[in-house]
Amino acid sequence: MKAWLPTLLRLALVVLLVAFLTNPGWFEPLLKPLTENNAPVIYNQGSLLTLTLLHLRTVLLATLAATIVAVALAILVTRPAGAEFLPLSRSLVNIGQTFPPVAVLALAVPAVGFGEKPTLIALFLYGLLPIFENALTGLTTLPANVVEAARGAGMTGWQRLTKVELPLSAPIILGGIRLSVVIGLATATIGSTVAAKTLGEVIIAGLLSNNLAFILQGGLIVAALAVLIYDGLSAVERYAARRMGREAE
Amino acid sequence: MIEIEGITKRYDAAAVVDNVSMVIEPRTVCVIVGTSGSGKTTLLRMINRLVEPTSGIIKLDGADNRSVPGYELRRSIGYAIQGHGLFPHRTVAQNIATVPVLLGWDKDRINARVDELMTLYQLDPQAYGPRYPHELSGGQQQRVGVARALAAEPNVLLMDEPFGALDPIIRTKAQEDLLAIQKRFGTTIILVTHDMEEAVHMGDKIAVMDAGKLVQYAEPAEILANPASSFVETLVGASERPFRLLSLGRVRDAVENGTAEGDALPGDASQRDALAELLWSGRPALPVKGADGRPLGRVTVDGLVKRAARPA
Repeated sequence: MKAWLPTLLRLALVVLLVAFLTNPGWFEPLLKPLTENNAPVIYNQGSLLTLTLLHLRTVLLATLAATIVAVALAILVTRPAGAEFLPLSRSLVNIGQTFPPVAVLALAVPAVGFGEKPTLIALFLYGLLPIFENALTGLTTLPANVVEAARGAGMTGWQRLTKVELPLSAPIILGGIRLSVVIGLATATIGSTVAAKTLGEVIIAGLLSNNLAFILQGGLIVAALAVLIYDGLSAVERYAARRMGREAE
Repeated sequence: MIEIEGITKRYDAAAVVDNVSMVIEPRTVCVIVGTSGSGKTTLLRMINRLVEPTSGIIKLDGADNRSVPGYELRRSIGYAIQGHGLFPHRTVAQNIATVPVLLGWDKDRINARVDELMTLYQLDPQAYGPRYPHELSGGQQQRVGVARALAAEPNVLLMDEPFGALDPIIRTKAQEDLLAIQKRFGTTIILVTHDMEEAVHMGDKIAVMDAGKLVQYAEPAEILANPASSFVETLVGASERPFRLLSLGRVRDAVENGTAEGDALPGDASQRDALAELLWSGRPALPVKGADGRPLGRVTVDGLVKRAARPA
């Protein structure tokens, strides 16, 4: 395959996505055959663009919180003083991952009410594991002589962490964030069952009114976002890996 | 001056370094030699407190090395390790500037020092300064590693098998460079190696370690002539002994009066190299010339063979 072909495909996808979000009416003829009884073809209970932005905001906030907590936890348990908390943090983070997001939503609603909050909690818990495990891998597989040299040069613990350990682990931590974001993008749709403003709203509206066009447009927007963000973050990751010399040519 | 007094390091019950005492004179090269597991690296790492001793005191110029925090102590002592340990995410110039930056030197002083060291190590600052370590050859990486250790003008430089990963030709060059720089800056160097050849070549004094104990601490000629134990004798290598003894001396010091046929040997070549040259050329004697090209006399096989005999 030519090297420019994937870039061209991605570019086409971006153009298509932006066009659909800003002018959904253009695509009406395409989706028309999927509806029955003169039902609306394009989602009409809110702007698709607004929903998409809210969807992204929810995922961004949840991933940001998950990144801060997971990386902080990974840093803590890789310090000599925190080593004994490693098994405990592992189990806690694992529970977050094994607990189904739907169950988290069901439990969170009575506590924090309907809306964005329970969705944020579910996405946050779900996103912890990949970031935590990757941060742990990154921080524990640093080249031993580099860490030794940092100590020998007279760096304090904090200086070693910020100047050597975190920069060198950055590509691996980024990989965890990427997984977390993609999982979050898909999972956020179920947030609409508890009245969070996400693209799930479109899919659920389609399911309720038996409107295949709604289901399809909601699903396709989420899928396109996931593909584009995944590719974008992969590129950032490769760049970081090259900069950190972890991938010497 | 570095005074090591009754230093012991135990991990659980096992003593890795067992009651070692020695004094390292300023502006000399001390080589600690031993087999793996002899405790030589642990001893070295206790000097800059990368390892804390179980008991005993190490004094640097009279001051206990525990009188300042460990990280501050380490900024004042150069440290170079096997496989260089360069920071892969920082450029060569940034790597060399590590300790000066930690010490808060101003920018101009850091840049001047980095340029000075890179020039000294035959790396063009313009060409190599902005490169990343993985873009350099093994020999260049090693030189940058030593330059980084020397950046803050430390009085003491600790080196843990710094040449271990180099091929023999580059290693010889790196050893010569280090000795030249040691003379230039007057740095006290403590170098750990398992290679007796390197120890004899580099050391003003050699400390032989075995199973955590300091077995012998003496000048190279003394170690070769009078090994303190059978372990030292094995380490020296009985068959290599005469040649190692010769390698300590310069041709200039073995010159006899008279002339000889053949290509002249330089006066500062080692006597071992001179003997090799004599044997290889099949001549009983070769002329010797000084650094300025003036003839100094000649060196003979007989003369060198006498010098290779065990000193009385």
